[in-house]
Amino acid sequence: MNATTLLPAVGMAATLAVVLGAVLGWVAARLRADPDSLVEKIDVLLPQTQCGQCRYPGCRPYAEAIARREADIDRCPPGGEATVHALATLLDREPRPIDPQYGVTKPPLVALIDEDRCIGCALCLPACPVDAIVGAPRLMHTVIKSQCTGCELCVAPCPVDCIAMVEPAAHAPRTVNA
Amino acid sequence: MSLRGGLRLDSHKARPLERPIRGVPPPTEIALALDQGSGEESVPVVKAGDAVHMGTLVAASAGAAASLHSPVSGIVREIAVRTTLRGSGRCIVIENDGNDRRAASLAPLDWRTLDEVALLEHIAAGGVAGLGGAAFPTATKLALARAARADLLLLNGAECEPWICCDDGLMRERAAQVVLGAQVMLAATGARRCVVAIEDDKPEAILAMESAVSAASDARIEIRVLPAVFPLGAEGALVTAVTGREVPHDGLPPQVGVVCQNVGTAAAVARLVQDGQPVISRIVTVTGSGVREPCNVEARVGTPVADLIGACGGSDGPELRHIAGGSLTGRILQSDTVPVTKGLNCVLVATSADLPARGMEMPCIRCGDCATVCPAGLLPQQLHAAARTDDTAGLVRYGLSACIECGCCDYVCPSAIPLTARFRTAREQQHLQDMERRRALDAKARYERHQRRLAEQAEAERRAFDEARRRARDSETGTD
Repeated sequence: MNATTLLPAVGMAATLAVVLGAVLGWVAARLRADPDSLVEKIDVLLPQTQCGQCRYPGCRPYAEAIARREADIDRCPPGGEATVHALATLLDREPRPIDPQYGVTKPPLVALIDEDRCIGCALCLPACPVDAIVGAPRLMHTVIKSQCTGCELCVAPCPVDCIAMVEPAAHAPRTVNA
Repeated sequence: MSLRGGLRLDSHKARPLERPIRGVPPPTEIALALDQGSGEESVPVVKAGDAVHMGTLVAASAGAAASLHSPVSGIVREIAVRTTLRGSGRCIVIENDGNDRRAASLAPLDWRTLDEVALLEHIAAGGVAGLGGAAFPTATKLALARAARADLLLLNGAECEPWICCDDGLMRERAAQVVLGAQVMLAATGARRCVVAIEDDKPEAILAMESAVSAASDARIEIRVLPAVFPLGAEGALVTAVTGREVPHDGLPPQVGVVCQNVGTAAAVARLVQDGQPVISRIVTVTGSGVREPCNVEARVGTPVADLIGACGGSDGPELRHIAGGSLTGRILQSDTVPVTKGLNCVLVATSADLPARGMEMPCIRCGDCATVCPAGLLPQQLHAAARTDDTAGLVRYGLSACIECGCCDYVCPSAIPLTARFRTAREQQHLQDMERRRALDAKARYERHQRRLAEQAEAERRAFDEARRRARDSETGTD
């Protein structure tokens, strides 16, 4: 047996390897599970409170962490049991109770600014993750009730403690009489 | 003629129809609910202290709420939350001065000279709403039909609920008005023909309507007699029965070329063109064994239900229950002080003889009777199982949204399961979940905008910092 008889076989094998490799590579690139679409699917199941109780700076980052399997699905108190169940079904994991380390599920509340005490410092404006506070420096601020997610992130920055979390029904900013 | 399921029920319409329609004296205080029955509120355009005339606009239309006019002349006292047909809601309270001074702007319409758009505007301005019960703005419905080029105007005079007979009384006494209203609505939609559907248990109404049609000598209008089956008067069922076309459960009749209007609504349109009067009163059936003289009454919108009963000789009897609407689709009234709305067709003062107390609820035995009678072709037993286990996907799969809440399944259920009430609750829950979902999506969009803005600000600051540093370096090298 000499090199000349081996050559066609080696050539054939090499060609096959190159062609099949190219096909496999193309298929892998084409059919790759899109990590963004999984994040998107997880994100829409989250309550979008943007409260950060999960220790991530918002619902989207938490969704990314779940998709990376870095965080478990039990960190969202505002979503509660319903969200855990929905996530468990989507990801085919076991549902589990919310880890109390990340807070407890409460009835939905909204922020209410005591407009008599507000000094117009504007510190709560950037704190609100969903832009639900209206105001400007040295002017009174108010919360848009329908857009407030109840994340409580505006409470801590207020230097005069004039923001309270109240039941949505009790939220009645003063109305201007015509 | 085809109707899936349904029930043949004993009629209780004879007694109120023995007497002509009776007027109810306007009360000293009118409470106009902003939600007249469509589930949405109109927007008040008056405030406490304003003087209003009969027919003055007091609330503008918004979404599914038609505009609202003062039924009396007097002073607006307040806009406050009162007990209403739907529990509680905001009402415009008007103190009646008893003079019934008409607003100067009310004038008859020369409708034959007006084009479709102008007619629709007048119908909208007149506060005409579905008097069959839904109280949806008529002009909006007609405009949809016009846009879809519906060719058939279907006037609903079926009135299949066993106790309600306000449309029967109306057709007997004011058939000419119904025909005129049909002509105006034909002109407003561009529909080519009109069918008035009446169930065969109303021979007098059929006769009156036939003679009114021949008096008007309008070949486009036809009377169609249908068998008395509940719930044939439901919009979708009626369209199918008359035309053989099926309205998709998530669609509307104009999709199959039909627009449905109640005969009472047609009469209201006729009054609007005849003397310019907006909808400020309606005919209500006051009936039940608890009423001394059951009768159809015409009452101003905003009159307390108690006044209607008073006009019918008052009520007495053991264990009276007040029900708004019929015995199958109605709702129990919390109090008889609630005001009449445009959507209220019947006040049933029922004794225990009229509506025997339901037996104790027993487990479902899967007999399938509910599926046999369901006019929407659903499987109520499966829906019920899904509702019990909060199985949202199951509720959607078994077509909860196609349920018309007619109550047929309740009526036949041998285990006395309050199916319709369960479905209604499940539907409300679904609605709440949908709203929550929408709110979340909205919050998500705002969060993303917020994040983007922060990133842009950080980027701008970084660039400004770099720029400043570069300049400082340049000036340093420059001084060298």
